[in-house]
Amino acid sequence: MQLQHVNVKLLVQNPEEARLEPLIPVFHSWIEAQNGDELLIDVADYTHVPAGPGVVLIGHEGNYSVDNTGNRLGVRYNRKAAFDGGNQDCLTQAARSALTACQRLEAEPRLGGKFRFNGQDIEIFINDRLVAPNNAATREAFDADFQLFSRKLFRGKEYSISYGEDPRGLFTAFVKAARPFSVAELLEALS
Amino acid sequence: MKVSNSLWAERLAGKIPEGLAREIDIFETEIALRKQGKIDERLFAETRLRRGVYGQRYDNGQRHNGKTVQQLGYPSGELTKGPNTMWDAPGMQRIKIPAGGLGAEQLETLADLAEEYSDGIGHVTTRQDFQLHYVHIEDTPSVMRRLAAAKITTREACGNSVRNVTACPYSGVCPDEKFDVTPYSRALSKFLLGHPDTQNFGRKFKHSFSGCSQHACGLASMHDMGMVAMTQLENGKEKRGFEVSVGGGLGAVPYQAKLFDPFVPPEELLPLAQAISRVFARLGEKKNRSRARIKFLVQDLGIEKFKELVLEERKILPHDSRWTEFIEDAEKFEETPLRPGGKAPLLGSESFQRWVKTNTRPQKQEGYTVVTIALPLGDITSNQLRSLADIARRFTKETIRSTVEQNIVLRWVSQSDLVELHKALEAAGLGDPGAGSIVDIAACPGTDTCKLGISSSRGLAAELRKRLGEKSFQLDDSVVKLHIKISGCFNSCGQHHVADLGFYGVSRKMSGYAVPHFQVVLGGEWEHNGASYGLPVIAIPSKNIPEVVSRLTDRYAANRQNGESFKDFVRRTGKVELKKMLEDLARPPADSSDRSFFQDWGDPREYTLADLGTGECAGEVVSSVEFDLAAAERELFEAQVAMEGGQIEQAGQTAYRSMLRAAKGLVKIESSNIADDPAQIVREFRARFYDTQKFFDPFAGGKFAHYLFSAHEKSGEPYTQDSTRYLIDEAQLFIDAAHSCYNRISAPAHA
Repeated sequence: MQLQHVNVKLLVQNPEEARLEPLIPVFHSWIEAQNGDELLIDVADYTHVPAGPGVVLIGHEGNYSVDNTGNRLGVRYNRKAAFDGGNQDCLTQAARSALTACQRLEAEPRLGGKFRFNGQDIEIFINDRLVAPNNAATREAFDADFQLFSRKLFRGKEYSISYGEDPRGLFTAFVKAARPFSVAELLEALS
Repeated sequence: MKVSNSLWAERLAGKIPEGLAREIDIFETEIALRKQGKIDERLFAETRLRRGVYGQRYDNGQRHNGKTVQQLGYPSGELTKGPNTMWDAPGMQRIKIPAGGLGAEQLETLADLAEEYSDGIGHVTTRQDFQLHYVHIEDTPSVMRRLAAAKITTREACGNSVRNVTACPYSGVCPDEKFDVTPYSRALSKFLLGHPDTQNFGRKFKHSFSGCSQHACGLASMHDMGMVAMTQLENGKEKRGFEVSVGGGLGAVPYQAKLFDPFVPPEELLPLAQAISRVFARLGEKKNRSRARIKFLVQDLGIEKFKELVLEERKILPHDSRWTEFIEDAEKFEETPLRPGGKAPLLGSESFQRWVKTNTRPQKQEGYTVVTIALPLGDITSNQLRSLADIARRFTKETIRSTVEQNIVLRWVSQSDLVELHKALEAAGLGDPGAGSIVDIAACPGTDTCKLGISSSRGLAAELRKRLGEKSFQLDDSVVKLHIKISGCFNSCGQHHVADLGFYGVSRKMSGYAVPHFQVVLGGEWEHNGASYGLPVIAIPSKNIPEVVSRLTDRYAANRQNGESFKDFVRRTGKVELKKMLEDLARPPADSSDRSFFQDWGDPREYTLADLGTGECAGEVVSSVEFDLAAAERELFEAQVAMEGGQIEQAGQTAYRSMLRAAKGLVKIESSNIADDPAQIVREFRARFYDTQKFFDPFAGGKFAHYLFSAHEKSGEPYTQDSTRYLIDEAQLFIDAAHSCYNRISAPAHA
C-alpha cells in the first residue's frame, strides 16, 4: 500500500503559555514571504472553537496549523497534494515540512519564545480513509514503515509506537521517543 | 487532489441512488472536459454552482497583503473553473440539508469530509445548509459521492436554482405550532429538485416553511415563497393548509413577501409551487441579475396580476401524480422518542442551570425538551460532529436539526436526561449556554472566505461574542434576549435586516485610506417570521462597533418603557437621536498613528478594497467629491426621518435627490461644469461612469447604477409607502457604491 496525505504533528512543550491569536499575523507574513516551495494562500482562524484546528495556514500542497485537536496543542502539517516516491519519502517529506514550521515558530520574535517543541511526542495521521482506514489491516500494512521512519528520526534511540483505536478516526500513530530531541536534531536526522 | 478520488465511485457502487450517481458521474466528466478546454468556462461555472461548488476569496489568483497585490501562482497556470476563477484555488462546497434534518450517520459523514477535504470544520449556514471551505474542485465528486451514500445531496445548493428548502427546526414539537410542517417541506424539496420547470431561472429561488405565524423560526416573510401552517374547519373537520406568500427576500434591498393565498391545501402545494416556478422562469428578469429575483417580478406586476398569471398556469399544468404521492408519502414521517419522558431536574450545577435557561425549551409532548447546541460562528469540528452523533444516538432517535441561527438542535430529549446530556455536551465542548441570546451572533463568512465580503463579519462576531460573553452575567435580561446579526456586505447572508442590531460591511475613506466600516441597521424584527426590517442609521468604523453595541444596549436597558421591544425602543427614540448617540464614533481616531483603525477584526493586514498607498496617516486632504458624498448621506438621512414621520412624498423626493447629489459628485471629478438639472446629471453619470464601467462593482457590476436610473425614470410618479422604502434602501446602496467607486479611482496606483 502506498502512503499518501500524511499529517505530522509535533506537540507544543508548554501549551498553557501559548496563545494562538499572535500566530495570525505570523502566518500572514509567511504568505507574503512565500519563501518555501509550497504555495501559501490564506489564514483561517478557528480559535473560537474548543479543541479545534486552531489557526490554519491554508496552502495548495498542504496546510500548516497550530492545532488543538484532542486538546493536544501542536504544529500540524497536513499534506494535501500527492507526494512522489515511496512511503519513507512521504513520511520524511511531511515530517520535514512540520519540523521546518516548528523551527520558524521557535525563532519568530513576535511569538516571544512561547512556542517550543519537545521533539519527543510526534503524531502521524493518514488523512484518507480509503487509503488507510483505521483498522488492524492498515496497522499491519504500515507498521514496518513507521518503525523504519521512527528509527531514522530518533537516530536508532529508544522509542515506542502506539496506534489510535477509534475506528471512525483517522489512522493515527503516536510515536514517543525515550528522551526529548530538539527540532534541529530531528531535521538533521531526516536530511 | 486526493489519490483516492478515482476509487470512491467503485467503493460506493450500489449505495448511491441511481439518478444521483449518474449526476455525479456527469459532473466528473465535465471536470475532465473543462481541464481539456472542451467546455466554456462560463458554462462550467454555472454547472459547478448547481452542484454547490462555489468560489472563494483569492480564487482570481491575487491577494492583497496589506501593502500590494500579490500573485498566487497556482500550479494549473491559466486553467480556470469560471471567469477569473483559477482552477486550483480552494473553493467552498455547500451541502443542502432540507428542513435542517440530519441523522447520526450523516453527521459522521460530514465529520469525515470536513477532515479529509476541508480544514476540519463544518460550518452551519443561515439557511440550514452545511458548508465546507478550502475544497479543491477535483475532490468534489468524491465529496458528493460520499454525501450521496449518506442520502445527502449538493445538487442545486448554489446557482440559479431552487435552494435548500428550510423549515422551522421545532416543527412537530413546538407547543405553538398549527401542525408539523416537516413532511411538506420534504415533499416540496424532493419534488422541485432537478424539476424541468426550475432549470431556467434568472436567479436563485428560496422556499421556507413555518409552523406558526408568531415566532421567527421559519422566516417565511423573507423568502421567495414562504409557507405558514394554517388550519380551518371544513364540514366540522379540521383541514390543514398553508398561508402562502411570495416575493420576499433580503439581499441588497429587502422585500416583505406579499400574501398570495391565505389557505392552500396540501394537495395544491406542489402544483402551486410548480406554476410559480413556470411564471418566474418565463417572466423573471434574465439579463440584469440585480433585478432577477422573483421579488422584483412580483413588485413590477403587482401581486394581483402575478397571482392571475400563476393561477392561469396552474390550470394548464399537466396532471402529475407526484403532487399527491409525495405529500402522502411525506405525511408518513414520524419522529418518536428513544426514552420515556421525564421530569426536569430541579437542581444542578450553576453552569447547568444557565444552560437550561437559554438552551432548552419544552416540547408540546409532555416530558420532552428540545436542546439547542450553540455553535460559535456556526462552526463545529469533525470530532465534535462525531461526539454529537454519539450523543444523538444515546439520548434520542437521532432527531437532529440545523437551524437558521447557525446552531443545531436535538429534539425528543427526555427531561430526566438533561443533566447527563449536558455533561456529554460539555465533554465535547458543545455545552456552552447562551443559545438564542445576544452572544449567539449570526454571521456570514464575510471577508474570511467570501469573494463579495467587504468587512470581516466573522471577525466582528468573534470579538462581540468574546466581549459580551465576558459580561453576560451582568447584562440586563432585556439585553440578553436581543439578536445581533452581521453580514460582510449588502447581500444580507447574515440576515442583518431582521436583527435587533444588524450590521453590514461597507468601506469608507478616512485620512486618505480605506477603512472597514459597518452600516448600523436597527430595529429589525426577528419574531413573526421576520416581520419587519430595520433601517440603516449610520456607517461606523469596524473597530468602533463594539462601542456601538455597548451604547445602544446600555441606553435600551436604562430607558426601556413598559417592557417595550428593541424595535419599539428604536422607533420611540427616533433615528435623529440614535444617530446623535453614535456619530462621534464615525470619526477617524484622534491619534492618527493608531494603525489598528485601518485593519479589520482578526486580520492584521492594512485594509483595502484595492491597492493602498503606504504613506503615513497624516495631512488630510478632503476633495469636493467627499463633501458631495457626505451631503448625499445627509440628505438620505433626512429622507429616512421624513419617512419615519409619515411624509412619504417628501421622503421619496429627498432620497432621489441624495442619489443625484452622489452622482453629481462623481461627475464633478471629470467635469466641473455640471448643473443641478437631474436629467443632465443622470446623462453625464451614465456616459462617464456607467458606459465606461468605472462605477461597476467588481462583483455586482452596474447593479447600483440602475437604482439611480430607475429612480430618475420614476421621479414624476407619486411615491408610495412601499416604493419609498425601497428607494431609501436603494439610495443607501447607491451612495455606498459611489464611495467605493471614488475609493477605486482615487487610490494611488502601484507598480
